[in-house]
Amino acid sequence: MPASAHPVYLDHAATTPVLAEVVDVVTRTMRDTSLGNAASLHAPGRAARRVVEESRERIAEALCVTPSEVVFTSGGTEGDNLAVKGTYAARRAADPRRDRVVVSGIEHHAVLDAVEHLVRGGARVTWVEPDPDGVVSPHALRAALEADGGPGTVALVSVMWANNEVGTVQPVAALAAEAHAHGIPVHSDAVQALGQVPVDLSAVDLGVVTGHKIGGPVGTGVLTVGRDQAPEPLAHGGGQERGLRSGTLDAAGVAGLAEAVALAVARRAEHAARLASLRDALIGGALTIDPTITVSGAWAPDDTTRRLPSNAHLRVPGCEGDSLLYLLDAAGVACSTGSACTAGVPRPSHVLLAMGVPEEQARGALRLTLGHTSTPADVEAFLAALPQALEGARRAHAAAGGRP
Amino acid sequence: MRVVAAMSGGVDSAVAAARMLDAGHEVVGVHLALAQSAATLRESARGCCTIEDAGDARRVADRLGIPFYVWDMAERFREDVVEDFVSEYAAGRTPNPCLRCNEKIKFAALLDKALALGFDAVATGHYAQVVEVTDPAVPGGLRRELRRAVDPAKDQSYVLGVLDADQLARSFFPLGDSTKPQIREEAAARGFSVAKKPDSHDICFIADGDTRGWLAGRLGERPGPIVDVDGTVLGEHGGAHGYTVGQRRGLGLKVPAADGSPRYVVSTDTRTNTVVVGPEELLGVDVIEGDHLRWCGPVPVGEQRVGAQVRAHGQEIPATALVEGGDGIPGRVRVHLDERVRGVAPGQSVVLYAGTRVVGSATIAATGSRGAAVD
Repeated sequence: MPASAHPVYLDHAATTPVLAEVVDVVTRTMRDTSLGNAASLHAPGRAARRVVEESRERIAEALCVTPSEVVFTSGGTEGDNLAVKGTYAARRAADPRRDRVVVSGIEHHAVLDAVEHLVRGGARVTWVEPDPDGVVSPHALRAALEADGGPGTVALVSVMWANNEVGTVQPVAALAAEAHAHGIPVHSDAVQALGQVPVDLSAVDLGVVTGHKIGGPVGTGVLTVGRDQAPEPLAHGGGQERGLRSGTLDAAGVAGLAEAVALAVARRAEHAARLASLRDALIGGALTIDPTITVSGAWAPDDTTRRLPSNAHLRVPGCEGDSLLYLLDAAGVACSTGSACTAGVPRPSHVLLAMGVPEEQARGALRLTLGHTSTPADVEAFLAALPQALEGARRAHAAAGGRP
Repeated sequence: MRVVAAMSGGVDSAVAAARMLDAGHEVVGVHLALAQSAATLRESARGCCTIEDAGDARRVADRLGIPFYVWDMAERFREDVVEDFVSEYAAGRTPNPCLRCNEKIKFAALLDKALALGFDAVATGHYAQVVEVTDPAVPGGLRRELRRAVDPAKDQSYVLGVLDADQLARSFFPLGDSTKPQIREEAAARGFSVAKKPDSHDICFIADGDTRGWLAGRLGERPGPIVDVDGTVLGEHGGAHGYTVGQRRGLGLKVPAADGSPRYVVSTDTRTNTVVVGPEELLGVDVIEGDHLRWCGPVPVGEQRVGAQVRAHGQEIPATALVEGGDGIPGRVRVHLDERVRGVAPGQSVVLYAGTRVVGSATIAATGSRGAAVD
């Protein structure tokens, strides 16, 4: 079977096709031989700088921050690392008592592993576990701030805007208020949320966005850094981007990112409503085919505030997610068991385990995520392929000696 | 046919997958994650299951344009292979984990999952041949026989001697007609990045190859006596489970033998935690009793002339085998070797051949000499 020909792509949360408008902007900028290095003083430098700064202004406006708060990065992973490690280092240097980070248990690995790196270096971490729907409550955050030595020991709070696996949207403004009451900066990974729910990054001190989840170029992203924040840089050099992120800026990438961010925000309401109806058809159809399937996280038809409109996360009893993935792949439907993993080894998701899902159930996870190219035909094709995939995956599970 | 190609990340399984594809099969590559922790490039064992190996396998699959998946069988592998290995050593036997893995994982857990997902068979990069022969006694009139590879230096039929007829009916070994240099050449011609990758060696889950150290970490130190065949204490050991029949090095004996000749482990007893050493001539055995019988085809009846092989790259010894207990299982097999063989330890497998055909295998339960009691 041709592995490359996937007419049905339901893995937009992994990456989504680049928008035609973005391709136009990027290629036009790349072809423009009059552009130099945006840090240079001469005319070609000024021309490139104009592209970069106009892009910065567009992005700032779309994300509700000021242009000086926009720091260009290579994407979500870099943004999360710079926010977490840099802020911890700066805040602890300013006051050695701040040796603790308070982090939700459902963060992306870009945050989790950065935190574990800090812990190996002597930091303490207090995890904030979500409720069974995958939502972190202000109450739980307050308890975490008060624990382990109190808020005076906290360098940073990190809570994502919306979860990449189960799609639950976090009450970021309320959570930030808890931390801000103690003067603690808040970092939020908004990679999945942008373009689907309203994202106002002025609510947090450090916000992370990446291009390739919204139809922008891979390898582009933004970390918003509040004006009173001064995280330690990870990369030292030419001092670009407020000295927080040295390195020559990619004018074409930045311009493409600005186009993608602006379009994502401008089209958000319409896009969200369209995806939510596809999502609801997908979830409703799957539950009709097999009523034993569980939807992870909060889900109500037409709701676009508590759950990302693009996300359907299903748990299928009596089978392994990777068997389902294979069988659907073979039937021409591309989806995921959760977040992609380097080794490709399926492990129960830390997000599901943090939500209190038993390990046995967590293994039967299937994540289907919609995007700007999704159509009702995609949903129908998935639903048509599902019954056979369920049957085969359950047969495989039974053959491996698993419980039904 | 729809075939799962088990892809370790090595050159052999890469070419095996390519050949299955060339033969017109619908092929999907599967890499088995067997190590408990494959977290880094360095961790886990050499030659198997590292992230690097999975990546190498994926590169080959991408090049062939076939789907590729990693199946996590670490838990099954730990239970059926690693823990079995430890408990066998603890009981004073010397197991071969590769046979165990083939019996329980590659041609059981992997094959079962593949069949359940709608595949027809599994293909691996083992050097062995499967030949279809007519046999009116079986349904369909066709029987698949397992035979040695054409390259005697690489022949791996020994580690496949645990496969039964059903497993064999679902297995492909596309490399059995080739030599290793041919396979490397073919891999290079196909543009595989693994063409020059070194062969894996030893036991995949013991990263540094130090089996005794690895076992000591799991079974602990249990000091006990080293005695000669008369029972005279000659020294002390750190645990009888760490010693294997035929072993000469690492005994640490301070008293030389009366005649100055080297001494070898001739038996171990983990119940009394005793290691018995003796001169070389005590190592030879010509009677083997085996249990845990596995037949690759028809069960031999009565006395049979066979070739017997007791280790992966050992010589085949002419022998007479007598299966006891009819076709009932569990049975036992008694093998009389035409010549004496050294260093045969309980727990090893004896694989029986008729010409180049694999008849079956047994786990060695006891050894002895004709004219003496089998111990």
